[in-house]
Amino acid sequence: MSPDSFHTLYELLGSVSGFIYPNELEIRWSILIVVYPYVTGLVAGAFILASLVKVFNVKNVQPVYRLSLLTALAFLLVAPLPLQAHLGRPERAYEIFLTPHFSSAMAMFGFVYLWYLMGVLLLEMWFEYRRDLVVWSREEKFPMSWIHGILSLFSRDVSEKAVEFDMKAVRTITIIGIPSAFLLHGYVGFIFGSVKANPWWSSVLMPIVFLMSAIVSGIALVIVLYMVLIPLKGGRIDMKCLDTLSSYLFYAVIVDFSLEALDFIHRLYESEESIQILGTLIADKLLISLVVIQILLGMLIPAGILVAVKSMKFDQELRKLLYFVSAILIQLGIFSTRWNVVIGGQLFSKSFRGLTTYKMEVMGVEGLLVALAFLILPFIILGVLIKILPPWKASELGEAKTS
Amino acid sequence: MFERIPEQIRRLAIVFVIVIGGTLVLRYLILPPSLIETRLHQESTIEREVAKQVKFAGAVVCGGCHEDIATVKGKGFHKSLSCESCHGPAAMHTEDPMTVKPFAPRQRKFCPLCHAYDASRPTGFPQINLTIHNPLKPCITCHNPHHPEPPTVPKECSACHAQIARTKAVSHHALVSCTTCHKTPRQHRVSPRRVKPTKPDTREFCGKCHREGSKRKDAPKIDLSTHGERYLCWECHYPHMPGAA
Amino acid sequence: MYRRGFLKGLLWFLSTCVFSRNGVKNVIAGTNPDAPVSTNANGKSTIEGYDPTKHRYAMGIDVDKCIGCNRCVEACTVENDVPPEPFFTRTWVERYVIKKDKSVHVENIANGSDGPKEMVEEADILRSFFVPKLCNQCENPPCVQVCPVGATFSTEDGVVLIDSERCIGCGYCIQACPYGARYLHPKTRTADKCTFCYHRIVKGMLPACVEVCPTGARLFGDLKNRASRLVRFERMNKIHVLKPHLNTHPKVYYADLDGEVR
Repeated sequence: MSPDSFHTLYELLGSVSGFIYPNELEIRWSILIVVYPYVTGLVAGAFILASLVKVFNVKNVQPVYRLSLLTALAFLLVAPLPLQAHLGRPERAYEIFLTPHFSSAMAMFGFVYLWYLMGVLLLEMWFEYRRDLVVWSREEKFPMSWIHGILSLFSRDVSEKAVEFDMKAVRTITIIGIPSAFLLHGYVGFIFGSVKANPWWSSVLMPIVFLMSAIVSGIALVIVLYMVLIPLKGGRIDMKCLDTLSSYLFYAVIVDFSLEALDFIHRLYESEESIQILGTLIADKLLISLVVIQILLGMLIPAGILVAVKSMKFDQELRKLLYFVSAILIQLGIFSTRWNVVIGGQLFSKSFRGLTTYKMEVMGVEGLLVALAFLILPFIILGVLIKILPPWKASELGEAKTS
Repeated sequence: MFERIPEQIRRLAIVFVIVIGGTLVLRYLILPPSLIETRLHQESTIEREVAKQVKFAGAVVCGGCHEDIATVKGKGFHKSLSCESCHGPAAMHTEDPMTVKPFAPRQRKFCPLCHAYDASRPTGFPQINLTIHNPLKPCITCHNPHHPEPPTVPKECSACHAQIARTKAVSHHALVSCTTCHKTPRQHRVSPRRVKPTKPDTREFCGKCHREGSKRKDAPKIDLSTHGERYLCWECHYPHMPGAA
Repeated sequence: MYRRGFLKGLLWFLSTCVFSRNGVKNVIAGTNPDAPVSTNANGKSTIEGYDPTKHRYAMGIDVDKCIGCNRCVEACTVENDVPPEPFFTRTWVERYVIKKDKSVHVENIANGSDGPKEMVEEADILRSFFVPKLCNQCENPPCVQVCPVGATFSTEDGVVLIDSERCIGCGYCIQACPYGARYLHPKTRTADKCTFCYHRIVKGMLPACVEVCPTGARLFGDLKNRASRLVRFERMNKIHVLKPHLNTHPKVYYADLDGEVR
């Protein structure tokens, strides 16, 4: 915080209710730290979706396989950026690699991230796309042929045996990738869940809840992207794929909701010392973001919609609309979930006697605009990736006219 | 042998060897220990911490030059008070006594930082009501800060025990003087912590007024042999506000 | 067959890296960054004639003696160049007012010290007192545990320090401290907190806050020194620490600490 933004802090002094420790006035983990788990959650969720195809052989979902990988990559590339921007000393970020303190979950970030990026995602994408890259680099003109050639590492072998090997490699990597994706996002949950000083965060369920909501948001994102991109490319939406995706989304929402409900019931039942201030926290500060957005709009309504779609026979156009609306609501809900965890955990004092406020800057390195930029950037990257590594061949798109 | 490895793996292996090998070379061969060894970092931190400037000299040092003040102060109520509590940090002064002088608080608003009445302050700590107590006069007019006895010995108990006096004044014991129950030696006004007044330690003491058959007409009566079993009266009844038990 | 050869080669390559001249030193010296520091690589003490292993610093606080004058907070600010704004502090004093209806009112006396913020009738007060707070220099510090780069560490004489040249300002330690003792320094943008005035205590002086306390509510001492005010304090008083259920083993010992203090 620069000295001339002290006036914001002076204003905050006036909006404190009850008693907080003096150092707790300023919320240190800002909206950027809300964006980070949201983004890595999408990565993990998209990858799990990809694994449904390769490991669990859910054939219906094949059309979104490559899209999921590209989505995971686009968001993974953006993931470290909010962290970097938020550091008090961003120029020292390399120290996490040089002198990681292994008792800290945060020190794992560098290694888990690099492993997942290089050892899992890029490797899987390379094996998946290699044959096509070789073919494209032969058939296209400069510069695309050159780009594809480099990406294929100048590979030449497109024999059946080589492609078979590629597919086996993809399967193996995906199997390794599932726990890796769990680790990539689960450790974020552990970072919060292992802070015994903070009763809002400290919970055994935290990594699991994070992971489940990540899967929910990842599947929902791929649904949205699929429904937007296919018409843009003049193709036909595969309804079997979409219906299957929505089924899995529904199962994930049920599990996620059950876990969060369990956490809530457990807290109420045990009624530990912190229950009072946490109740005040929800009632005074998180009413809209938790009750309305996270639970009502983000979980109950989409779950209700999906139940309705499953039990009643709606026609195709209505189903598409409902899936789209549910997926968007879910995105809002999961973002709100991250907000409630990160910001909510800092709004109440560890003395359990007071609440502070979060005044989000608009400009500034930790402001709203930067956060929005980090949320939009992955889509731009995804656009570039789709140009270089098209997820669908012309034959797969189908005809837009026949429906 | 290498021909048996699929072509893809061969190409990947080259990339991996370059990346991993490069990282290992960088980490273990190129980077200097000062960047990597945590022990070195911790040592240099300790060195930097220890080298920080000391601003407060410490109470023991002042008496070395200011012997006369130290002797006077050692006999009064402020004897355990560090000089720098009032005079501020004086380490610079010890190094250059003629040019750098510590701050000497002379205004009325300074002493009340400790001595203004505050309900949260422990009872028995000397406190005054700033508005009433010699208004506008600087405290040092009457109190030598190095030996801060009051200029006259307090006549009333309420001079120091104002909160208790206030409580008692609106209670049923308003007309019972403090010395009725507390035997107070004269010395208590001069050395309040060393010489303490007594507290009644028998049921019969309160019973003098409150037992059935006592001559005191306005005092409520109880049967001393049964009321309150064997406990001392003030274990339940607060004597300064006896209505509220 | 080629797999075995490849693995053998890889093993050879890695082992030469790990056990090379620099690698050995790094592996051995760098293995346990949590081990307290007292000597440098040559075995020399970092301060002339001072052996950190002979000391274990702690602080005692006699709550009934505190008059809430705030001298300690101001002395600390001067001694340690703490930012003067009210949002960053290494130590502070809380005022507790417990009323007869059992409601508890707490405030930081630095934010206006002309009596309690909320007008409280003297007759309504059941108990009222001041509680000084500071970094507890825990023996099982959660802040050290969570630092991703090892910038905060415990010294062998029991003080938790921060390396402001290595700290990356991630704020994890600030979240992990149960006592709110840490803050992000606005100028250096690294974490900062009370150091027990390390630069004073290794020279045999008292921390600034203890030095200026007018009533002796703050005591400082060496747990390894059998003759110290702190050791007598521990013997004569029932000792409390803040948040014992979190198992941080704080080294700030409170006597007469009320149950309402968090």
